[in-house]
Amino acid sequence: MAQQGSIITDEMKKQIGVKGVPTVLEVEKGLIRMMAEALDDPNPLWQDEEYAEKSKYGGIIAPPALLCCARAGTGRGVQMKSPFPRALAGGDEVEYLKPLKAGDVITSVSHIAEYNEREGKRGPMLFTTIETTYKNQRDEVVAISRSTFISY
Amino acid sequence: MAKQLYYEDVEEGMEIPPLVKNPTTQQLVKWAGASGDYYQIHYDKDFAQSTGLPGVIAHGRLKSSFLAQLMTDWIGEGGTLKKISVQHRGMDLAGEQMTCKGRVTRKYIENGEHLVECEIWTENPRGEKTAPGSAIVSLLSRGGKS
Repeated sequence: MAQQGSIITDEMKKQIGVKGVPTVLEVEKGLIRMMAEALDDPNPLWQDEEYAEKSKYGGIIAPPALLCCARAGTGRGVQMKSPFPRALAGGDEVEYLKPLKAGDVITSVSHIAEYNEREGKRGPMLFTTIETTYKNQRDEVVAISRSTFISY
Repeated sequence: MAKQLYYEDVEEGMEIPPLVKNPTTQQLVKWAGASGDYYQIHYDKDFAQSTGLPGVIAHGRLKSSFLAQLMTDWIGEGGTLKKISVQHRGMDLAGEQMTCKGRVTRKYIENGEHLVECEIWTENPRGEKTAPGSAIVSLLSRGGKS
């Protein structure tokens, strides 16, 4: 809640819920392979066509980390403001609702979900939570992520 | 691929088989390319040190992704990762071993789904938890579909 001396200004509050710029990501097999190799994750569902076709998914799927953690970037076009110079990523929470299949086209849109302020060891800190919704080409929500950024 | 895990095999308090990672600078560069995160503290030692860091450090989201792999390895093809939450608490230097660990905190059935909640974390060689978090998975049941 805003109170006297709050670092969360009215201008910042106006940005809560305002949607950012949509990011479109085509989930190509090559990108999935790059991710799997970068993670050193040998799961055949990510790379072995024959294996994946016989699975319940009926084809190659992407490691869940592809959304939120890579590429389908969070926060694009969101007006994140802070009175503090230093910033760091606090953490991520992702809810997966549908599998992410090779060939899917994902559109993600972010908004500021909330601000929190806290008194830290080095003074006041601002926590900004960015929520991102990811939809596939059938307009189905495949995932929702909440990422927290800390500035101080 | 590990064998299939079933809901009936899981007990509260049980440990998830650890996943050991050794993120070298080469792996961090591969991740930078795959993820699109080119912040120089993850591959340029001079740059990292100029910001006061002791050296090149691993991406927070690489650690989250390792923890997602911990879960997908454990639950097998029939299981589904429903939710994962990871906090970026401490830094991990490139070249240092990182062990992903987890423990079952709760198992329950909801809307016909066999769900398991776990606490998960990455641990450095000094036993410090650098990225604590939690995860929810749905598992196959021997009694039928998940």
